[in-house]
Amino acid sequence: MTTEMRTTPAIRTITYRQALNETLRAELLRDENVFLIGEEIGVFEGSYKITAGLLAEFGPQRVVDAPIAEEGFVGAAIGAAMVGMRPVVEIMTINFSLIAIDQIVNHAAKMRSMYGGQVAVPMVIRMPGGGGQQLAATHSQNLEVWYAHIPGLKVVAPSTPADAKALLTAAIRDDDPVIFLENLSLYSAKGEVPDGEQVAEIGKAAIVRTGTDLSIVSYSRGTTTALEVARQLEAEGLSIEVVDLRSLRPLDRDTICASVRKTGHAVVFEDDWLSYGIGAEISATIGEGVFDFLDAPVRRVAAAEVPLPYAKSLELAALPSAAALSRVVREVLNVAPLDK
Amino acid sequence: MATNTRPRTADSVEQAEPQAAEPREQRGEPAGQLRSYYERMSLIRAFELRSSEMYARAKIGGYCHLNLGEEATVVGLMEALQARDYLFVGYRDHGYALMRGLSPERVMAELFGKTTGVSGGRGGSMHMYDTETRLFGGYGIVGGQIPPATGVALALTYRQKPGAEAEAVMCLLGDGTTNIGAFHESLNLAGLWNLPIVFVVVNNKLGMGTTVERSSAEPELHKRGASYRIPGVRVDGDDVIAVRDAARAALDQARTLRRPVLLEVMCYRLRGHSVVDPARYRSADDTAVAQKADPVPAFRATLIAAGVLDEAAADAIDAEADARVTAAVEFAEKSPDPSPDDLFAYVYATPVANAPSALPGDPVTDAL
Repeated sequence: MTTEMRTTPAIRTITYRQALNETLRAELLRDENVFLIGEEIGVFEGSYKITAGLLAEFGPQRVVDAPIAEEGFVGAAIGAAMVGMRPVVEIMTINFSLIAIDQIVNHAAKMRSMYGGQVAVPMVIRMPGGGGQQLAATHSQNLEVWYAHIPGLKVVAPSTPADAKALLTAAIRDDDPVIFLENLSLYSAKGEVPDGEQVAEIGKAAIVRTGTDLSIVSYSRGTTTALEVARQLEAEGLSIEVVDLRSLRPLDRDTICASVRKTGHAVVFEDDWLSYGIGAEISATIGEGVFDFLDAPVRRVAAAEVPLPYAKSLELAALPSAAALSRVVREVLNVAPLDK
Repeated sequence: MATNTRPRTADSVEQAEPQAAEPREQRGEPAGQLRSYYERMSLIRAFELRSSEMYARAKIGGYCHLNLGEEATVVGLMEALQARDYLFVGYRDHGYALMRGLSPERVMAELFGKTTGVSGGRGGSMHMYDTETRLFGGYGIVGGQIPPATGVALALTYRQKPGAEAEAVMCLLGDGTTNIGAFHESLNLAGLWNLPIVFVVVNNKLGMGTTVERSSAEPELHKRGASYRIPGVRVDGDDVIAVRDAARAALDQARTLRRPVLLEVMCYRLRGHSVVDPARYRSADDTAVAQKADPVPAFRATLIAAGVLDEAAADAIDAEADARVTAAVEFAEKSPDPSPDDLFAYVYATPVANAPSALPGDPVTDAL
């Protein structure tokens, strides 16, 4: 491995999937208390192949195939964490986490506070969300606010392969339960990832593009769309700043407010449903924090409030798109719409 | 133990431990040990009666579930559990905290919501936790303790070999809890992965006001491990020695063979589900049966009949228990309330940027 390290360039372009896989491997090598548990993560190598090769390398005690029993194995991971193990749970998709929500919300999130600081629950729950794969209503949800609402949890949602690596490393080394939100449409996305140890700071947003006219606030898949829209609008002379939240709990309100204070305009681009969603929290934060600097109301581009249909035409209509974001940015900046 | 042969309901089944033939009251147990068991039962009884009183006087808030009627079960189980073992309990946890070695002062202070309480006043009646004695929590959510308990047992398999000196987990739950999914998922995992855990169903025959027969398709709850190839044992929960021996045997199997056991302990709840429940759903007959089975006076009478105690000695034990509880109440009264300055102290173990610390009405952001 040392030889390989020497010959590997300092920065490689790899997929989000590969970044996750390599990070899990690195942490399994680094700390014997780390183990992986989830459905089909071993022999099957993961529904989305995030754990490919890890059973072969680390064996069934470090890469534990669990029966279809989310409440049982998520809760078992909590117990293992209570005695100092560092379980990294994979829930096949966020939709199935609802079966484990009592263990996550009533137990993992509460134990440290409720037991007077006597116990920590150092665990990670990885799960992908997201629509757009024609998986229909029960398999396409963005339930991030369900977890972002809960004190005691930390919730991160990386948008790039580099952040996937650095935030997963941080999550595994953190002594609290961390909900690690992946996105089905990001797994094959490529990006530059620095080699060696990279540990992100949980709770911090990042300005991933600077601009002066308007701030788009987003996270996970939405950030990639926001960057794409910002690049298109640059050609028209609009300078768009993009804030990537990275951490949904804690929420870096200061970075959001500082950006909007500079630009005077804000649009939130979110994959979840509009009402009570991430954007509602961001909008309230901007309204309270930098109201005097706003030149227009904050707008939100979110999913249509409907159980997501299977048919492609309906799915496309329901999900927040680059076109919708571009249109709303123009409306907020009072710029003429593009000719169709 | 003649006085523990109590009337049975129609579903009476065989006991794991055969009833001792009369009049073997002492059953080969050293007198000092029997006396000690009575002291412990008496302490739990005094503590719980005082808890009820303090609740009525609004010194204790929230929900408050008592171990009244379950003293023999609590003492027997905790006598079997070793200091190196891990314990998970439901919400009826006061007696277990006391028997795990926590002082009545700290347990009462937790009920009073004081900093000196077992959980620093953050948990209350249902959430006693103590790392040192491996009391890994009272749990207020029905069944919530079962998956984490199973997970501790899983972690033990990473760190030690099976054997007589190995650690094990005991996970308590109520009769009603055997109907929840977490119970079945956890038993499946424990059976599948050969985990060193003993699941103990404390069957007081009532889940709040619902009888076992009205809630469980298989009312002989120890049989519910059959789907997971987990052996089930039923034992008389009013017989402290029978409970102790059955729990020891189950823990030995968990430690040495790494095989889980489902132990069902039959007992009675003397009062309502919680302090505020008058239990009107209970028939006069059922209440009479429960009172007749009351293990504390029964054990006292047994020990007096066996010559282990006389009336004066038994009275002295009861008076001592009462005095300890009085001291506990005084300690709790005098202990400080947690300071609002420490409201956010234990939300996270690893400090994190931008962790919320706003009180109601505070601005969410310091305007830039």
